[in-house]
Amino acid sequence: MQFGVFTVGDVTVDPTTGREPTEHERIKAMVAIALKAEEVGLDVFATGEHHNPPFVPSSPTTMLGHIAARTERLLLSTATTLITTNDPVKIAEDYAMLQHLADGRVDLMMGRGNTGPVYPWFGKDIRAGIPLAIENYDLLRRLWREDVVDWKGRHRTPLQSFTSTPRPLDGVPPFVWHGSIRSPEIAEQAAYYGDGFFANHIFWPKEHTQRMIALYRERYAHYGHGSADQAIVGLGGQVFMRRNSQDAIREFRPYFDNAPVYGHGPSLEEFSRETPLTVGSPQQVIDRTLGFREYVGDYQRQLFLMDHAGLPLKTVLEQLDLLGEEVVPVLRKEFAALRPAHVPEAPTHASLVAAAGGAKDSTVHAVDDVTGKAPEGATR
Amino acid sequence: MTRRTLAVVSAGLSQPSSTRLLADQLAAATRDELVRRGSEVELRVVDLREYAHDVVNNMLTGFAPAALRDVIDTVTGADGIIAVTPIFSASYNGLFKSFFDVLDSESLVDRPVLIGATGGTARHSLALEHAVRPMFAYLRSVVVPTAVFAAPEDWSGGTADGALRGRIRRAAGELADQVERRLPAAGPADPFALTTDFLQMLGRGDDDAAVTPPGRTGAPPAPDSARAGSPPG
Repeated sequence: MQFGVFTVGDVTVDPTTGREPTEHERIKAMVAIALKAEEVGLDVFATGEHHNPPFVPSSPTTMLGHIAARTERLLLSTATTLITTNDPVKIAEDYAMLQHLADGRVDLMMGRGNTGPVYPWFGKDIRAGIPLAIENYDLLRRLWREDVVDWKGRHRTPLQSFTSTPRPLDGVPPFVWHGSIRSPEIAEQAAYYGDGFFANHIFWPKEHTQRMIALYRERYAHYGHGSADQAIVGLGGQVFMRRNSQDAIREFRPYFDNAPVYGHGPSLEEFSRETPLTVGSPQQVIDRTLGFREYVGDYQRQLFLMDHAGLPLKTVLEQLDLLGEEVVPVLRKEFAALRPAHVPEAPTHASLVAAAGGAKDSTVHAVDDVTGKAPEGATR
Repeated sequence: MTRRTLAVVSAGLSQPSSTRLLADQLAAATRDELVRRGSEVELRVVDLREYAHDVVNNMLTGFAPAALRDVIDTVTGADGIIAVTPIFSASYNGLFKSFFDVLDSESLVDRPVLIGATGGTARHSLALEHAVRPMFAYLRSVVVPTAVFAAPEDWSGGTADGALRGRIRRAAGELADQVERRLPAAGPADPFALTTDFLQMLGRGDDDAAVTPPGRTGAPPAPDSARAGSPPG
């Protein structure tokens, strides 16, 4: 099972000091969090993508490429890549490039984005969110799997004889997750392709997650990719820890009360009851997280949101120490002991290459326009 | 005997509340009318005041806390709705509107609704027609023609058994008519139900023979047991 962190990349005032970090500080903090994640033994760092203040990560592959160069083992991912407003051609190119630079330590999570004003800035309409996600992703898959694509759809200009470069590393596209909170159509999409499904899980009652995962699993089996319990499931989680749970609650409360998403609404206690938010001791986080399995089944990836609502970097890094040293080692052991042998791990580049029968270079070499010949030794 | 449920929504804020009193009278009259026609009726009364914080939290977080979820399911799953609000500043009060704002906008389509209101003076009475009825029209509910407004004088000795009682009886009859015209409600809609399959979404619903999901061959899906152990495609 994979464990990691996902970040929204919000620039938020620290309510305890009134200080708001600069964009530069926040960007550097996100990198520091990623490096720390590798240092403490986590598997995954995933960044959000946003195109409006107060968020900084508008260019995920730039950030992930930088992190790739500074890490050895960490899997780089997104939470989420906007499949609606991004051009699928650019996603195909950017993430194939990242895949090469990171030597395959890349996967990504598709999401629609729920901020109405962002869509028109990119010439789209939020009301077409689902059709955009369906059409764009189908094109993205083809761009990674077919060397030359002829394509026509409703939401983008047609393509004739288009080759997306670079071709995916070793001829194997990155693994893809689809994220959605409560759109059954996206669970269906993930199931159809045999891709992973990620339930954001945080900020929502567990019943949403339970229903969406159950639907995804059922349809995954329906489309013949494996049995329902072999479907590839990821979950979000949100925690704040101190050794003494009362200290955790006292320290986190002002951040909770003023958080951009849920602040000034329910109390910390109500929200902890209604959603997976866990504020307490490392042991409480372990117990709560193990409990997720009881309503979604054995799953493959657990990402935690650790750095939002204005928490200072120093605190976040302390949280990552606790997560990496005290929580995740226990979770790894406990989840592994519970998981039946026929339930797979999340696919990685190595496992996908193995499943494809080994690595093959898929470079598409240019053809000479005059002679029609490819360069010496080139293969198509 | 047909079983019917009526959700009785009162947005009164004081306790005891004249809004709740009107709601109870409308509910009792509708129940009596449906029972007289041979139905079995269950009344489910919702005092929105008890869920005021939950309603606001729902607006801020996007989801209903468990107690409010039950109330929403009760209202959206009922055969008929009696919705009564005090009139504040020439319209429904904020609590009433906020509750209907957090419902899924499709959840009351074709649902029979009887609207009522109370106010400090009879001059507020048309607020039912210019504010409450249009809101339910937007939700595509079926609002019965008689809307019942109760002013302070309607509760006084001289009139309590007169005009107001007559309006309540007429409105209750109209709601009973609309409820009876429909099959018993199937309960609240499931927001997670999949209503389309992927090929339709992809716009390839017509050439089903040509398209198979990636990661497997064109063979029809085998039983689960036959595929256990195969890698995800």
